[in-house]
Amino acid sequence: MAITPPSNRLWWKEPIHAIELGWIVIAFLWGLFMFFFMIAWHFIGEQNLSSETYKIRPERYQEKVEAFADEFAAKDDQGNPIEEDGVPVVRPPAGADVYILARLWEFWPILELKRNESYRIHLSSADWQHGFSLQPTNINISVHPGYEHVITLTPTESGEFGIICNEFCGLGHHTMTGRIRVVD
Amino acid sequence: MTTIDPAAAPDYGVSASYRTCRFTGLRIEANAEILIKVNAVAAVLFLALGGLMGLLVALTRWPAIQLLDAEWFYLILTGHGANVLLFWIIFFEIAVLYFASAVILGARLATPKIAWLAFILMVVGAVMANYAVLRGDSTVMFTSYPPMMASQWFYLSLIIFAVGALLAVFVFFGTLVVAKSENTYDGSVPLVTFGAITAAIIAVFTLASGAIILIPTWLWSLGLISNIDSLMYKVVWWGMGHSSQQINVSAHVAIWYAIGAMVVGAKPLSEKVSRTAFLMYILFLQLASAHHILAEPGMSSTWKIVNTSYMMYLAVMGSMIHGLTVPGSIEAAQRRNGFTRGAFEWLTKAPWGNPAFSGMFLSLVMFGFIGGISGVVLGTEQLNVLMHNTIYVPGHFHGTVVAGTTLAFMAMTYLVVPLIFQRDIVWPGLAKWQPFLFGIGAGGISLFMMGAGTLGVSRRHWDLALTDAAHAFEYPAAAYLMMALNGIFAVIAAVGGILFILIVVLSILGGTRLDRAGARLNFPLHDRSREVAEYGSHGTLKLPGTIILVGIFFACFVLYYFVNWKYLSELWLFR
Repeated sequence: MAITPPSNRLWWKEPIHAIELGWIVIAFLWGLFMFFFMIAWHFIGEQNLSSETYKIRPERYQEKVEAFADEFAAKDDQGNPIEEDGVPVVRPPAGADVYILARLWEFWPILELKRNESYRIHLSSADWQHGFSLQPTNINISVHPGYEHVITLTPTESGEFGIICNEFCGLGHHTMTGRIRVVD
Repeated sequence: MTTIDPAAAPDYGVSASYRTCRFTGLRIEANAEILIKVNAVAAVLFLALGGLMGLLVALTRWPAIQLLDAEWFYLILTGHGANVLLFWIIFFEIAVLYFASAVILGARLATPKIAWLAFILMVVGAVMANYAVLRGDSTVMFTSYPPMMASQWFYLSLIIFAVGALLAVFVFFGTLVVAKSENTYDGSVPLVTFGAITAAIIAVFTLASGAIILIPTWLWSLGLISNIDSLMYKVVWWGMGHSSQQINVSAHVAIWYAIGAMVVGAKPLSEKVSRTAFLMYILFLQLASAHHILAEPGMSSTWKIVNTSYMMYLAVMGSMIHGLTVPGSIEAAQRRNGFTRGAFEWLTKAPWGNPAFSGMFLSLVMFGFIGGISGVVLGTEQLNVLMHNTIYVPGHFHGTVVAGTTLAFMAMTYLVVPLIFQRDIVWPGLAKWQPFLFGIGAGGISLFMMGAGTLGVSRRHWDLALTDAAHAFEYPAAAYLMMALNGIFAVIAAVGGILFILIVVLSILGGTRLDRAGARLNFPLHDRSREVAEYGSHGTLKLPGTIILVGIFFACFVLYYFVNWKYLSELWLFR
């Protein structure tokens, strides 16, 4: 019984049942497979989260985002900046460094990207921790203040995408969203 | 030089008072008994409080009801996490540790005064945490990630609770020493005690991690430290947060073995295999802090892969081994009990009317199929990006902690009440159904939250409709359906939970007394005269039912694993 001492005092010398041994081998091999599959995906897969990170003061990051938004601000035919919900739309060229600022309670600014082009997306927070949750694509990345995370992102579908904050960030957490538009 | 005179030292062993349990033959010491009682009662009270909070959370996330306003929702959610994930589970685990040491080994409890001090510290910590949360200035969620700051009382309360729990764990270790030196058992400790030792060793690591991070965070809330690094906090905090769930795993696996032994007379198939599986937990489970850092900046992929896989999934292997040996030992015992027809007579004719057995078996199945598989998928470096911080995550851990641990602890309570409180279970007709109600509810909330998370629904989020959001976004209709179903199953789980609390409280207060001659149990234990000594020679062990069950499990595991890789491969490209 499991609540009494082993009936055989030398229990460690008992042979293992074939059924148990078979299952241990299967479990071990499956574990090895899953372990090496994560490594393999870095070579065969196209979805691997970058670990390129820089330390940065939140104020400095905020300046970089504002400079980026000014440089690539989208303009209409008359040359006026385009805004949605009071937030500027930014149209960076393919391959550019793109900055997203997470702060209480929005992702700023709105981005307009081109399908099948790559961008170096920088992510950091001005205040608390936030969660970058790109929907409905379902890409979820944590955002820390003081750490600038750089991800090379290639949108593969066009349309309107929402960024929802999925790290609790206080009473306005459920109002914190952002937008990325992907055009052909 | 001083010499030690052994005769001069007081002999505590002689003064301890024991009784012999008329149902199990176990020798139970008075101090151990009362401390198991108080810890179990405290556990059940915090389960009632935390469970009620959980119901309020689920009814708020049911979009058609949205019961609480945002401020109360986040406050109650913070309280829900602390009360059920910490207080209910750790109080009960302390009771389990005392049971697995003093009662199972037939020893006296070491240092009962320190055990009382531990209990009082834990009660003070738990009450203070609720006070801090209900004051409204500590709505930081259970994880309290900086730079968001709670009131100093919040951090202090958790530190006090952790110190109490750590003392209790050392009382457990002391009791093992007492049992060994007073020769209360023969040979090696029983498997259940071995499992409890595993849980206790992990608990020391866990509580130490908690102290390492919560003490500086507390000083920060007092203004004595200027800054807590958010990434460092997450790595160390989850050394407590995730590892404490590994205490649960070790504890509830030990309980599965204990209930199998007490209710159907099961004996481990092989002591060596089951103990090695527990050893895997000690060696590797602590690496799981990484599960929470997979979508974070700053950590290398190498670090993530080694840690998140518990070093090549060796701890997962431990759980998969228990997944075979627990049902396997029950099947082997039941075949000895005479249920030998077909592959599954042992299971269909198992004592399903006994809530200890049904709760235990449902816990085993749901922990493996729901909590276990989803946990491995969620903990895969790349796949984590699909679900990180979505409501898939609470879906996963309600599969482990509610359907797994909580249900196993409830099942154990149906044995603790008659054996330790010496009161029989009241309302046997209802008690029979309680594990099914709670189990179906818990299984449902896990699955529907996982479903909603797959559709991208955020966790810890008050408003699925994003009504006042900076930029509008609409989730698919299926997400609303999933969250409504989650609410319905939360109600079912709550009915099962309330029934459990009522049955336990009424049994303790007014159940038939069992300390009299001729008293009989409503839910009888396995007849001791028919206990299994050996299953026969090793070549003759036949477990067709268990082989089919683990085969189905493995097929589900592999299938679900690859479905998620397929889903990942369709995402935008990122590197």
